[in-house]
Amino acid sequence: MLRLIAGFIGKKAIRLLTLLAAVSVISFALVNASPVDPVQAYIGADVMRVGPEQRAEIAAYWGLDRPFPERFLKWANALLHGDMGTSMIYREPVVKVIGERFLSSVWLMALAWTFSGVIGFAAGIAAAMRKDSWIDRLIKGFCYTLASTPAFWIGLLLMMLFSVWLGWLPVGLSVPAGVLADEVILLDRLRHLILPAVTLSVAGIAPIALHTRQKLADVLESDYILFARARGVSGLALIRRHGLRNIALPALTLQFASFGELFGGAVLAEQVFSYPGLGQATVEAGLRGDVPLLMGLVLCSTLFVFTGNTLADFLYRIVDPRMRAGKGMIR
Amino acid sequence: MIRRHMLQAAGMNTGIPRWNGRIRTAISVSGAIALLAVIMLGSRLMGSEGLAVSLEERNMAPSPAHLFGTDWLGRDMLSRTVKGLALSIQVGLLGAACSTLIAAVMGLAAATLGRAADRCISWLIDVSLSVPHLVMLILIAFVCGGGMKGVAIGIMLTHWPSLARVVRAEALQLMSADFVLVSRKLGRSRMWIASRHLAPHIGPQLLVGFLMLFPHAVLHEAAITFLGLGMSPHQPAIGIILSESMRYLSTGMWWLAVFPGAGLLLAVWAFDRIGGHLRRLTDPGSVRL
Repeated sequence: MLRLIAGFIGKKAIRLLTLLAAVSVISFALVNASPVDPVQAYIGADVMRVGPEQRAEIAAYWGLDRPFPERFLKWANALLHGDMGTSMIYREPVVKVIGERFLSSVWLMALAWTFSGVIGFAAGIAAAMRKDSWIDRLIKGFCYTLASTPAFWIGLLLMMLFSVWLGWLPVGLSVPAGVLADEVILLDRLRHLILPAVTLSVAGIAPIALHTRQKLADVLESDYILFARARGVSGLALIRRHGLRNIALPALTLQFASFGELFGGAVLAEQVFSYPGLGQATVEAGLRGDVPLLMGLVLCSTLFVFTGNTLADFLYRIVDPRMRAGKGMIR
Repeated sequence: MIRRHMLQAAGMNTGIPRWNGRIRTAISVSGAIALLAVIMLGSRLMGSEGLAVSLEERNMAPSPAHLFGTDWLGRDMLSRTVKGLALSIQVGLLGAACSTLIAAVMGLAAATLGRAADRCISWLIDVSLSVPHLVMLILIAFVCGGGMKGVAIGIMLTHWPSLARVVRAEALQLMSADFVLVSRKLGRSRMWIASRHLAPHIGPQLLVGFLMLFPHAVLHEAAITFLGLGMSPHQPAIGIILSESMRYLSTGMWWLAVFPGAGLLLAVWAFDRIGGHLRRLTDPGSVRL
């Protein structure tokens, strides 16, 4: 068992290294091919006050006059030492910006992830237990509609309903405006977290619900369920004893594998509610041409998605007793 | 005649008319095509008078004269919505079509060009799938300097991997079919096999893949435009309309956001249904997915 896990981790570590290397080469090359002039982006509004000599000096200071491979190697070398450069818009090291932003994003994403998982799983079970009834149709129709709804539009609707119309929840930001950082209490943070988290989780419900419904419907048609029914087990006890064990792991795997969509959804939800997280930083970096921050965020999001996929793989390969037994037999 | 009779008989049992998959597909396809035609024709016929600024008619709630209301410059929201949808659908079509083409070429190349090419392409697919779509779109839109070009290229370059994987699996399976093996022994070139033997077989897959990609492409176009990295603010794209409406929501002008978003939802949903129905017809094995 331990050897199995060690092998798994070793393989994944190698994969991660090659993946990060590839993503950094590709995104560096992309940015390099961009028609956006970094010197121009840096100068911004001071165009009139900066002469051509000064431009050349800035370019030389940043090493922009060097050939592409040399610049890449220099950047990669700094990256390996944990230095991602300095963000142009925040005037702080990229690592620090990402670290701070990650802390507020991770709460949002974790909450939304849990919400969507629990609600989707429950809805899937309800639909499968009453297959082809009105409740199944309702849940299915709801999921199909959700799957084609733009996430940010849901955010706008929720904001209109709960913030503008009913006035129950704040419109945006992660803390109340005009309050000192020490005086912000946990309740305030939670209140600001609710709407973005609900927006983000609504987008994630559909896949997990449809998947769970399908899996459980398959399980319910199997012989062992027929036998269990014949013994007189029925209703929730049947699902709990024979259904859940079979569907929990695939559902969890799917949920971990959806980290990519989660991150994408977080970008949109954070933008709608001006929630200061990683997603909003990504948009800002893209809009205002902050290349170091953008590169850092691309790598960071890749790492995030990789973590999710690896956990999904881990559950699938190692935690699932059937897969483990299968491996043992092959040996 | 017989079919109608049977349908009626079936319908009488449950009280609801029950149609089989083919009829439902036909209905959903014709419905979606009608929707598309209405949007496209509407945006052509409407002209631009609805988009003109008329300050006397500012901030009007929905009424018979302006079904979707008007915005803070007195522009008619119905014409803006229809025009925006037409634009979004065009970009989505372009992006999804190119993505499908890339997926077909990549999938076929992986299956026919030997082990090394297969490894390379599979690895490329893995890499592309491990960066969130939206982050990649933001990066590409930034690199292209924004605008419609950036969005279209971004959608093209981010949506192909999952379909390419399907095409590759399908093509690899075909490569070991007898008729392909015979053809190879007869000395046919790889190009010939790919274009004559494999391509016709993966045609339906590509069509379905395209229809499944299309809704994603439209949604991603709207999202990236909403974030401010897509279309220029002068174009009446749905994303632009929604992001502008955000500034006016706190004044209670709900119609600015509700109707354009609902229009987008309807268009995407219609195409998603076609994709789902056609997939069931071409691939009965996936019926229960």
